[in-house]
Amino acid sequence: MDDLSGAFAQAFRLIAGFDPDLLEIVTLSLQVSLSAVIVAGLIGLPAGAAVAVMRFPGRAVVIAVMNAMMGLPPVVAGLAVYLMLSRAGPLGDWGLLYTPSAMVIAQTVLVAPIIAALTRQAIEDLHGDYDEQLRAFGIGRSGMITTLLWEARVGLFTVLLAGFGRAIAEVGAVIMVGGNINHVTRVMTTAIALETSKGALELALGLGIVLLVIVLGVNALAGLLRMGVAGRAHA
Amino acid sequence: MHWQGFCAWVLPGVPMPDVAPRITEPEKFDGPEVLPVSGRELVVERDGRKLVDGAALTIDQPGVTALMGPNGAGKSLLLRLLAGLIAPDHGTVTWAGTAPDRLRASRVGLVFHRPVMLRRTALANVAFALKVSGVARVERHDRALAALASGGLEHLAASPARVLSGGEQQRLSLVRALAPGPQALLLDEPTANLDPGSTLAIEDLIVRSAEAGMRILLVTHDPAQAQRLADRIAFMHDGQVEAPVSADSFFNEPASAKASAFVAGRLVL
Repeated sequence: MDDLSGAFAQAFRLIAGFDPDLLEIVTLSLQVSLSAVIVAGLIGLPAGAAVAVMRFPGRAVVIAVMNAMMGLPPVVAGLAVYLMLSRAGPLGDWGLLYTPSAMVIAQTVLVAPIIAALTRQAIEDLHGDYDEQLRAFGIGRSGMITTLLWEARVGLFTVLLAGFGRAIAEVGAVIMVGGNINHVTRVMTTAIALETSKGALELALGLGIVLLVIVLGVNALAGLLRMGVAGRAHA
Repeated sequence: MHWQGFCAWVLPGVPMPDVAPRITEPEKFDGPEVLPVSGRELVVERDGRKLVDGAALTIDQPGVTALMGPNGAGKSLLLRLLAGLIAPDHGTVTWAGTAPDRLRASRVGLVFHRPVMLRRTALANVAFALKVSGVARVERHDRALAALASGGLEHLAASPARVLSGGEQQRLSLVRALAPGPQALLLDEPTANLDPGSTLAIEDLIVRSAEAGMRILLVTHDPAQAQRLADRIAFMHDGQVEAPVSADSFFNEPASAKASAFVAGRLVL
């Protein structure tokens, strides 16, 4: 019990003292996850909106796959990215394995389907209300997609936050393609796993507290956005 | 930010003094030709039932043509056909002799029974309609303000459109449709369920648009409104349209038994 309280006290000291190792790991985590969410947003937002607006053969299958991909196990995504980036894989020449870029790719693979599926649902609901009015304005399909994305902007921002929450808390995929190399690819989740296995609870607890604060902060921000929108009643 | 919008933001819930709307004339603008807006031998069939059954209607003459008839006659569907929003199963819709296309869509203004407001300010709603109709960015703000002023809504320019009252939203919807300078205006029961003040404001805008030379098709259930506004009345029942006649003729000498029953206020099945 004394060991545990001591570990907590040391963890808080690491945070309060801006421990360089802790800061480096937190910074890399944020860089990787924010990059992944930006890339996943660039893919998932238009893809989800396009599926919501367009009608084409096999659309129901695309939606089913999109929804199923939301539950993609991280280790499977990590394995797929590993096989692609490994020396014998199709993208092996790029030399990205065990780099932060590989971790961004793995998290993008995990997050993009979530963003696409949630965007599809949000835009489809809106499309029912706006379709005739926007077509009456003379707006084509691409204009319809961009307009609906803008109209749903607040809801979609919370979708991006949800994607970020998934990315920053993920461990399986990034440890497979990043390798958890000290000062290179070590992020909060992989460091927590490693430090815990070594019995070095101070850094693990410190990182765990920071991770918890980030995840809670993201959720609080999403909640505030929703309340703000409800208060203004125009979004 | 407009001063009233600012005050509403700083002091939410505190009523702002009502500014009497300054009504100005709707503006007219050039653009591609869409007249006449015409539908011939139109048929729309759903689940084996003909919702529009050989209907024909041409919007060409200046003024207001009222489209009247019982519920389920196919009036709103015909309006959407003429607007090019729905493709008929049979028959043709033409604007100035050619098939409707989205490049000319802003020249056929359309106002729905339930206004659809974009999630932005009243001014931005009008500016959006101007943008998609090809108006240059530098002109949009002034033209949007002028359009709002034509409907007496300039004091609401900075207000989010979706928090306006039902009457204000419908008025904004009409102003937004008028802003790009349409040649034809299709109105689907624009004053249904509105209070008399809002109805008066919308009817005033319709009258001024008609006087400015716009061709207006007005779907309405209200005989009194048709008498106030319409130059001609087309009666629709069972998916078919009787030839438009003058409002006086329609109310004094109905051309068919169903029109006669409708005018007399009897139930038309």
